[in-house]
Amino acid sequence: METIVHEFPPYREHEAAHEPGAHGHHEDIGFWRKYIFSTDHKIIGIQYGFTALCFMLFGFFLMLMMRWQIAHPGAPIPVLGPLLAKILGQPAAGGVMSPELYNSFGAMHGTIMVFLAIVPLAFAAFGNYVVPLMIGAPDMAFPRVNMASYQAYVLGGLVMLVSFFIPGGAAQAGWTSYSPLATSIPTDGQLFWIIGMILLITSSLLGAVNFIATIIQLRAPGMTWMRLPFFVWAQFVTAFLLLLAFPPLEAAAIMQLMDNVVHTSFFLPTGLAVGGQLAHISGGGSPLLWQHLFWFLGHPEVYVLILPAMGIVCEIIANNTRKPIWGYKSLVYSVLVVGFLSFIVWAHHMYLTGMGTKIATFFQATTMMISIPSVIILTCLFISLWGGSIRFNTPMLFALGFLPMFGIGGLTGLPLGLAPTDIPLHDTYYVIAHFHYVVAPGTIFALFAGIYYWFPKMTGRRMNEFWGRVHFWGSLVFMNLVFMPMFAQGLEGMLRRMSDGGANYSAARVPGVLDTLPNDIMALHTWILWAAVALGVAQIPFIINLFWSMSHGEKVESDNPWGATTLDWQAPTPPPHGNFAEPPQVYRGPYEYSVPGHATDFTPQNEPDRPGTPVFSPAH
Amino acid sequence: MEIPYAVHPRPDTGIYNAKVGIWLFLASEVMLFGALFSAYVLIRVGTPPGEWPHGWQNVTLGTLNTLVLALSAITTLMAWVACKVRQFGKFKFFHGCTLLLALTFLCIKGFEYDDHLTHYEIHLTAGSNAGGSIADGHMVENDPKKDYVIIKGRFVNDEQELIDLRSQKDIRETELKIPRSQIKDMQSYGPWHNDYLALYFTMTALHALHILGGSIVIGYLWGPGRKLWKVDPEHFTNRVEVSGLFWHFVDLVWIFLFPVLYLM
Repeated sequence: METIVHEFPPYREHEAAHEPGAHGHHEDIGFWRKYIFSTDHKIIGIQYGFTALCFMLFGFFLMLMMRWQIAHPGAPIPVLGPLLAKILGQPAAGGVMSPELYNSFGAMHGTIMVFLAIVPLAFAAFGNYVVPLMIGAPDMAFPRVNMASYQAYVLGGLVMLVSFFIPGGAAQAGWTSYSPLATSIPTDGQLFWIIGMILLITSSLLGAVNFIATIIQLRAPGMTWMRLPFFVWAQFVTAFLLLLAFPPLEAAAIMQLMDNVVHTSFFLPTGLAVGGQLAHISGGGSPLLWQHLFWFLGHPEVYVLILPAMGIVCEIIANNTRKPIWGYKSLVYSVLVVGFLSFIVWAHHMYLTGMGTKIATFFQATTMMISIPSVIILTCLFISLWGGSIRFNTPMLFALGFLPMFGIGGLTGLPLGLAPTDIPLHDTYYVIAHFHYVVAPGTIFALFAGIYYWFPKMTGRRMNEFWGRVHFWGSLVFMNLVFMPMFAQGLEGMLRRMSDGGANYSAARVPGVLDTLPNDIMALHTWILWAAVALGVAQIPFIINLFWSMSHGEKVESDNPWGATTLDWQAPTPPPHGNFAEPPQVYRGPYEYSVPGHATDFTPQNEPDRPGTPVFSPAH
Repeated sequence: MEIPYAVHPRPDTGIYNAKVGIWLFLASEVMLFGALFSAYVLIRVGTPPGEWPHGWQNVTLGTLNTLVLALSAITTLMAWVACKVRQFGKFKFFHGCTLLLALTFLCIKGFEYDDHLTHYEIHLTAGSNAGGSIADGHMVENDPKKDYVIIKGRFVNDEQELIDLRSQKDIRETELKIPRSQIKDMQSYGPWHNDYLALYFTMTALHALHILGGSIVIGYLWGPGRKLWKVDPEHFTNRVEVSGLFWHFVDLVWIFLFPVLYLM
């Protein structure tokens, strides 16, 4: 293997001619080019991370206001209500959320959390910052494309934000934007949503091309495929999902744009009536077509949300158990299989559309199949804990929290993957609880873990450990208090997307008879509301900790404060432009912890073999 | 800082970065157009029998455009070959041809669009009949100040007669003057007319945008971008190759669009 690597020309061959011995040179390029129009993958990663965290907080506040409306329908929202009335006017008159406003908040909460918060944070922020460092590259393969990707993302986000303030308000047709509803609601918000989505899709596309090309082309000499850290593999598969699953949604968005602007009938059936009037359209379109195209993205998107999280958790678990990850090869093959299968499960979101039982059977089979590699991944991570001398620091707590939380989210998904059990559960709070367990205490916990873990590399300082623990325990308890009751509500038949939380639905039926929602189920609304408020309060230590630690955190003693093996921790802290002082040469697999006979309990990937040192590598 | 393998291929993968990038980008483009083609299939399969339009396109112009793009694929290839053998004059000639062919394609496409958008189907009020209940033809005069419109076309009694034009070889078109008072509704053959035209306009317009985008890139390499040739001909040749790959993909999309929209 080592014979191959010597064929690689050394990095920066041209630069070396001009500046012998100089590394990571800091040219003075000014504030704007350094921080705003940067082409450095680390700055872009931080830009993505910061913007995505802001959007996540914004999406959280949208949800908080909706929870108030659900628990207290028609009552003015305390604190934020007057502000809302001032900004938005009529739809929030008197600080009360109108049903239309509830609908647009619901649609935008979903859109913002998925496309503007989690994906940019999990894929773009962590991927950008960590992947080139982990593979020993000086930057991404296409730095300017990388900048364009971030700019398209910001632009898409701005278009989404602006849509709140136009007459009629933001999109109201749910984050799924089902036609013909999305074409029938009289607001231009949907138009903004589509244009925003096209920009976000462009951004993801540019990012995905860049990531894959970087991982294929810029691996350091000796960094063979089976020596890649699992995080890189996870990002690699994620990039393929974005690359191939997003364009069909782009096509769908173009067609919906045509429906809304040019009055075509791609998704509008013959005989469509809007507001009691026969719509003036040519008809002949298919609402089912939109759903197919949407979920062709929508389901791989679920794995876009979860795979980077699994990658982060894997790195942190290996590092804090101080032993090699269990089943590296199984993890790699599983993630590849998950990636492939995620393209053929999409119609399990559509069992109620009348697409036919034969098609439903196919998608039930593939859905059950995809749970196998997912369980393998989770099992490998669980078994990795066995016999480890575990360090319980904040990143590790969040990583450990991820495992059971994602487990709950994943296992509660099985009844939704089978049509007979999905049909009564469809569109209830059970579904909401299920996917929030996957994404909120699942993915978001992994993202928190990642922030605490890589913060010392980004800043040269640690985040405060005590407040990190407060953040973890507060988040863990309140996340569960928010989402666990929703399973109960859903099983009792409470539907999603009801702006009064089911009050009218219950009142319309004879109390005590089947179909009404029991009082204790309705009372859970208040419970969830205050749990959500408390969850918000639990994030305050994190926000303060994040900013305070940038300038006041405890300084790290070395470039590798966690004693990690991967190349990102062998780079200077914070890594300069160009990353590595010397172009790294990789000699071993990614998780050589506690190798018997080695002086330290970790062996970095770029540490050369010494005679007599036992070599362990998952690649061998 | 220099990005490795930006110009020269990486030994173990055998290609340079931009080539990986363009192939990945083309994979996503396949999915984009693939989604539109599957929309075409789903909508066409869902159309009741006998309602899918036939013979609405000018096959001669479509064939001409196919040949134009096929020729441009050859000139693109020759331009890259010229760069490979370091003959910059030939590169300029061939890519000049590519640009002209692209322009020709867009002009013909524009003419076809215009032909559809000036083509009207006019439903007449009952009893106003001159020779049928529907007047169909190209607008000659549509002055809002005048109380009539003039089209060059024909009268038909049943909308069904307008669906399949393949068997109607000799349609006699005359100038028809139709009073506005007799017009129930009037609609041009734009994307709003029916799903076939919606697909036709959306797919060909997206394709035309790709032609335009490709032309801008090739135009840049042919014009201001040629400075790179003097500095680093290898790098410049790579750019020509990458843009050429994109151009071939766009040509290939047309090879599918042409039969699907014009012939089938």
